[in-house]
Amino acid sequence: MKTKTFPHGIHPPEGKEPTAEKTLEFMPHPEKVVIPLHQHFGNPAEPLVKKGEEVFLGQKIGEATSLFSASVHASVSGKVLSVDGHNHPLGKPVLSITLANDGEDRVRPDWEKTVDPFVLEPDQIRQKVKEAGIVGLGGAAFPTAVKLTPPKDKPIDTVIINGCECEPILTADYRLMMEYPDEILRGAELVRIATGADRILVGIEDNKKKAFDLIQQKTAPYSAEVFLVKTKYPQGAEKNLIYALLGREVPRGGLPFDVGVVVQNVGTAKAIWDAAKIGKPLYERALTVSGNGIKEPKNLIVRIGTPFLAVTDYCGGLNEDVNIIIMGGPMMGLSQWALDAPVIKGTSGVLAWTSPKPVAEFACIRCGRCVEHCPMGLVPTQLMKYVKYDQLTGAEDWGALDCVECGSCQYSCPAKIPLVHWIRLGKNQIMSQKRKKSA
Amino acid sequence: MSEKAFIIQSSPHFQGKDSVPKIMFIVIIALLPAVAASVYYFRLRAVGLYVSCLAACFATEAIFLWARKKPLHSLWDGSAVITGLLLAMTMPPTLSLELAVIGSVVAVAIGKQVFGGLGHNIFNPALVGRAFLQTAFPVAMTTWIPPATLNVDIMTYATPLGNLKFEEAVIQGTLTPIKELFWGNTGGCIGETSAIALLLGALLLFFKKTIDWRIPTGILLALSAFTGIFWLAGPDKYAPPYFHILAGGLLIGAFFMATDMVTSPIYSKGTWIYALGIGIMIGLIRMFGGFSEGVMYSILFMNTFVPLLNRTFRPRILGDRRKPS
Repeated sequence: MKTKTFPHGIHPPEGKEPTAEKTLEFMPHPEKVVIPLHQHFGNPAEPLVKKGEEVFLGQKIGEATSLFSASVHASVSGKVLSVDGHNHPLGKPVLSITLANDGEDRVRPDWEKTVDPFVLEPDQIRQKVKEAGIVGLGGAAFPTAVKLTPPKDKPIDTVIINGCECEPILTADYRLMMEYPDEILRGAELVRIATGADRILVGIEDNKKKAFDLIQQKTAPYSAEVFLVKTKYPQGAEKNLIYALLGREVPRGGLPFDVGVVVQNVGTAKAIWDAAKIGKPLYERALTVSGNGIKEPKNLIVRIGTPFLAVTDYCGGLNEDVNIIIMGGPMMGLSQWALDAPVIKGTSGVLAWTSPKPVAEFACIRCGRCVEHCPMGLVPTQLMKYVKYDQLTGAEDWGALDCVECGSCQYSCPAKIPLVHWIRLGKNQIMSQKRKKSA
Repeated sequence: MSEKAFIIQSSPHFQGKDSVPKIMFIVIIALLPAVAASVYYFRLRAVGLYVSCLAACFATEAIFLWARKKPLHSLWDGSAVITGLLLAMTMPPTLSLELAVIGSVVAVAIGKQVFGGLGHNIFNPALVGRAFLQTAFPVAMTTWIPPATLNVDIMTYATPLGNLKFEEAVIQGTLTPIKELFWGNTGGCIGETSAIALLLGALLLFFKKTIDWRIPTGILLALSAFTGIFWLAGPDKYAPPYFHILAGGLLIGAFFMATDMVTSPIYSKGTWIYALGIGIMIGLIRMFGGFSEGVMYSILFMNTFVPLLNRTFRPRILGDRRKPS
């Protein structure tokens, strides 16, 4: 079968060998978890518990405040130690609930099991997803219930399950596909029911052929089809994957809804199934701990709120000379200034390595490689210049807001210019100008 | 452990291996066969030109970086070396070393640094230096001697293109044989005569993907088509396209000068227009202009259009509903 793909993109070193064949391990739960009330795209949740209260595992401790928000749940049973600001992977303090683990995993008594989730109505599925606080687990952490609620005027025909895992080093999604293929497909089926789509397409990069073979054997009961896509970064970026599989282009500034598509990551699909079938809220997730600064790289299932330090300690600790810690993948992840930030719903990996001395930046020689590799068809060097010289109108006109910050431009830049940094800055400035205007 | 501070940086945290100095280094390596050929054919005269141009370009670059308080690591990006090499290669063997130095200073100072240094110049710096010399010292820039390998003791000698233009070489049947053009055993600027040496270097650039293949392809296509039409119509009056490709500065221009990243368009559509424009201009100047050679002015002329081309022919943004330009 011919592998599908999108134009442009890059081929960074994959670096998946250290963990690819390591099965997902349940990490022992730490003595203390720190659960931020803001782990998703949108508004933070409101705390539902006070200091000193006892909580069950999976008990809702933060309530979604609006449509674009998500509830958070206790990831251990125990006592609330504090509700206050704590360091967050985004780098600044966020209101968080700290729990002391009593080690008993006492389950919320009212977990709502469903005998056959496939008979649920779309609204019931959405409700369960919302109650479980599920957000996109690929990294962007967009509230999933919103994604399952297409506007009436935009009929959905296709659900795409994203098994690309195009970020180098990360292997957690691959392990999920190898170890929980049934749950993923069942979750996909629920997404299909909730959105009224006709079919499910699963896209898997061709460096994960084993996962492709396995899932393909199991698609029979569902209206699902599995496709191998080319191993190329950023194949798993929503808009590029839609183009690769369907040839449809999400309009600029639009959403996959606009072309009749809903995209869900494999981990999210599994979480949706767990929520519908056994009423399990999103209180743990799969992630990869790797990079050559980690002594024993592993794929783990970790409770939300586990501090990074506990995660790295469980993986044998860090090598002495580690000077960089990344949450997420090497292309789009966030660098961490300390190890006390907790694992959140969007944590797809914890990576550590020793970064060589930063290379000197040269002038842009207009080689055009950033243009050649940009999966969105932008001109990163031009955007960089506009932002650098405060010409935001120019930056917006040249598509700054279309940038998905995948980093392909900067990766291929021979002058080592921090292009993504400049474009991100420009996007922020443009958006805050817009907010000021509308206010 | 938790007190340890880590590096905070903006994503991506992976960086490709290519760098500006590496790109420049490959171009320098690619120029070496032609440099060797020029030394073989023009001996010490060539060596003198290389030494003066390289030293003068490097010194000018250093002085400007220092005066503009720019980081001195830019000195090692290799661009001054390339400018020096290319400028020397496009000089006639008879040129005095003082003029070579003047040309080098103009190339780096006026051609590049006044615009803001590497990446900001509009014109190819080496060609700016050469155009200055050509205008200021026209006689010195067009006095040719035969290569040392010919062992003839004459003071002046026509280049293949001069021969074609001013001596009616096609009608007289004295057109320079292709074999001599191929090996470089003929008159001309020191680095432009040997087609084989230039093509060897070009092969490396293609293989390493250092240059945009569209530029030489477009130039060669346009020039072949333009000169080919006349040749087909009157083979007894006009030189064949392959003569135009192998003679004069076409190869060094098409592969090493028009392809300068800074002064060529960024995306494919504009690149094609730029390349085809250069090819046609060369044909026009060579066949109908006052000069026998037109590569330098054609490239400089099309360089002026690059900002316009970059602005007009933008790539299409994914999901753009408007018609692509």
